Amino acid sequence: MGLLSKKDSKLILDPLADNNPITIQVLGICSALAITAELEAAIVMSISVLFVLGLGNVVISLIRNIIPSKIRIIVQLTVVAALVIIVDLVLKAFAYELSKTLSVFVGLIITNCIIMGRFEAFALGNGPWRSFLDGIGNSLGYGVILIIVGFFRELLGSGTLLGIEVLGDPIAKTGLYAMGYENNGFMLLSPMALIVVGIIIWVQRSRNKALIEDH
Amino acid sequence: MEKRTDKNSYTILFAIGMVLIVGSILAYAASALKPNIDENKRIEKQQNILYAMGVNENEEGSMAFVSKDVIAGEFAKYITKQLVIQDGNVTEDENAYLIDVKKEQTSAKAGNSRRLPLFVGERDGKTFYVAPIRGKGLWDAVWGFVAMDNDMVVQGAFFDHKGETAGLGANINKRFFMDDFIGEQLFDASGSFKGITISKSNADPLNKDKTDNEIDAIAGATITGDGVSAMLRSELKLYLPYFKTLKNN
Repeated sequence: MGLLSKKDSKLILDPLADNNPITIQVLGICSALAITAELEAAIVMSISVLFVLGLGNVVISLIRNIIPSKIRIIVQLTVVAALVIIVDLVLKAFAYELSKTLSVFVGLIITNCIIMGRFEAFALGNGPWRSFLDGIGNSLGYGVILIIVGFFRELLGSGTLLGIEVLGDPIAKTGLYAMGYENNGFMLLSPMALIVVGIIIWVQRSRNKALIEDH
Repeated sequence: MEKRTDKNSYTILFAIGMVLIVGSILAYAASALKPNIDENKRIEKQQNILYAMGVNENEEGSMAFVSKDVIAGEFAKYITKQLVIQDGNVTEDENAYLIDVKKEQTSAKAGNSRRLPLFVGERDGKTFYVAPIRGKGLWDAVWGFVAMDNDMVVQGAFFDHKGETAGLGANINKRFFMDDFIGEQLFDASGSFKGITISKSNADPLNKDKTDNEIDAIAGATITGDGVSAMLRSELKLYLPYFKTLKNN
């Protein structure tokens, strides 16, 4: 990353692995469970969060010195809610089809703890450029996990990826299904999302022992 | 020393200022974009109605509505009559498709008589009767349009939802679910109205049996499916008297 100093590129790269918002900070779990039943929804959600967190971090960082500390959470909530509503309105007016796919996520974005978490932990204490990078880094880290979980849940639960039947037709019994393979319907339900996230956490911590917390 | 931003007076002024600024930005955005949004919703309704009666740009495996640019002409071409049924009286109204089913349901609950829109369409020499329906899914509203022939056999259906779970209940607006409805009966063998049940236990995933009043459910979407069943039963029932008079004539 020639464009960014070493310190700045750390802001983007850290949340992708050793400081991942979902697997290390354990934020944003609720939406990771709710919308990973198919890969497409996971990708759309990741892009939405990338946009809102990048922009929101910049706004909060710009006004960080004038926010009264007593009501800072309310201010943060207002900023993110206003951003999300404006985006939703603009999409409804000019890209109606896209807004229909996204409308489900609007509520989930506002309540996503990663957003409030990064406002509180980073944007309130850093300049706009660094806050922007931090927002991008964390939403990418969030997106990576979402997409991994979505990939496995859709593949094993419905036998499809992005809606395309990659394992054959389960009803006409072609491809893998001809050999007696069955979709695992349990993968479509929320508990399996938690188990997949758990497996990622396990793999990650056994590769990097430094991440294991002492108790 | 106390910081300037910690003072109560500052906090209150900041809160008031923020509410005013954010409030006016949102109000401005909402009212400036409203005409565009309303127009999009109107077009969508026309597309949905035509979709239910089989006028669409579907290809093998993909799903597409009549395109936005030609929808006005196509709607006028295929929809021959728009009816409003109220207290057994049938009147024609060329803007019947703009009737808000949700408002009608609320006003019916308050004891007023409900206006029931019905769109009569003509395609390839066949007549379709398209009824709008609306009900509750798991999280929010679900709605749709059901096209029937004059015997109330379903000829096509379109469903949509406001906030069902992505990948599960949200799939009611996918073709693999909607296409199953084509040809399905609303009456049982003895001729009484049964509606269509979204069933988890029917052993007919390809929906070859059109007389069982059942459609194969979506795995993981039980409550959305129940909502669709309830909506089909209670809403289409309201149209029974009209179809009865249709037969007697």
